[in-house]
Amino acid sequence: MSEHVDSIKTYGGIWLLLLVLTGVTTAVAFVDLGAFSVVVALAIAVVKMLLVALFFMHVRHSTRLTKLVVLGGLLWLAILLTFTLADVWTRGLIGTPGR
Amino acid sequence: MANQAHAHAETLALREQFDTAEQQKDASTLGMWIFLITEIMFFGGMFLMYTVYRDTYFPVFALASSSLNAVIGAINTAVLLCSSFTMVLAVRAAQLGQRNAIIIFLILTLILGIAFLGVKAYEWNEKFQEHHVPGPTFHLEGTGEQGQAQLFFSLYFAMTGLHALHMVVGCGMLIWLLVESRKGRFTAEYMTPVDIGGLYWHFVDIIWIFLFPLLYLIDRHLGK
Repeated sequence: MSEHVDSIKTYGGIWLLLLVLTGVTTAVAFVDLGAFSVVVALAIAVVKMLLVALFFMHVRHSTRLTKLVVLGGLLWLAILLTFTLADVWTRGLIGTPGR
Repeated sequence: MANQAHAHAETLALREQFDTAEQQKDASTLGMWIFLITEIMFFGGMFLMYTVYRDTYFPVFALASSSLNAVIGAINTAVLLCSSFTMVLAVRAAQLGQRNAIIIFLILTLILGIAFLGVKAYEWNEKFQEHHVPGPTFHLEGTGEQGQAQLFFSLYFAMTGLHALHMVVGCGMLIWLLVESRKGRFTAEYMTPVDIGGLYWHFVDIIWIFLFPLLYLIDRHLGK
């Protein structure tokens, strides 16, 4: 079996990085960055998601089919979010009543 | 091929319908990911609903969000990340066929999972005492728009509640994995349930990684 076993050091490093990022995102939340607060918080969350998925969930050692399926799932989520928000966020522009 | 399959007794590591153990493992992993994607879409709908309502009732949602306890939220995030770390070590121990290590790390993961739920219960109890639970006694200080504030807390309870439900299911799964590992069912050749269980546990962790900033943090700087 071509099972890939990562070292405890790798997992430990990722774990520490995740804890540091949690600290950073919490601290930054108390600083007034205006509209960038959301951007920074989501950027950190996406980095944490990638670390968990690639290392802890072994996506980086997975088959190409599994990788494709994961990407496909994210693509469908992007469609759900983009199309709905494209509607909701532009209703004011064309003066449609009732948001 | 057919003769071979009949010659050997069917084992957990290789059932009759698969050619190789690797193929069987890949099929299980893929199946779990398909399930997790349905979960992404399920939670995605809730995140979307939250985004739309936060946009529509902005000042009140920011105020309500700031009333949550960010420090407790951060501590609970750390607890969950630690549980993911112990879970990945349990999977690693399973890959190496170290039975005792699997059991120890599964127990640690279970303890951390229960700790997360305990902190969650404490937080929810606080909401009851502060009258921040949607219903006749609801009251959020500092706004006249109690209906909009109740909408925030309805979403808060729905999303954290659904996440907690996934944690409860995860804890049940860990207990089952513990029972099976004690029987010595998992070896370096066959540890698929531990691996697949790990995928589920980390997925629930990822959901919280997004819930925490969106519910607790992004409007923190405005609400004071």
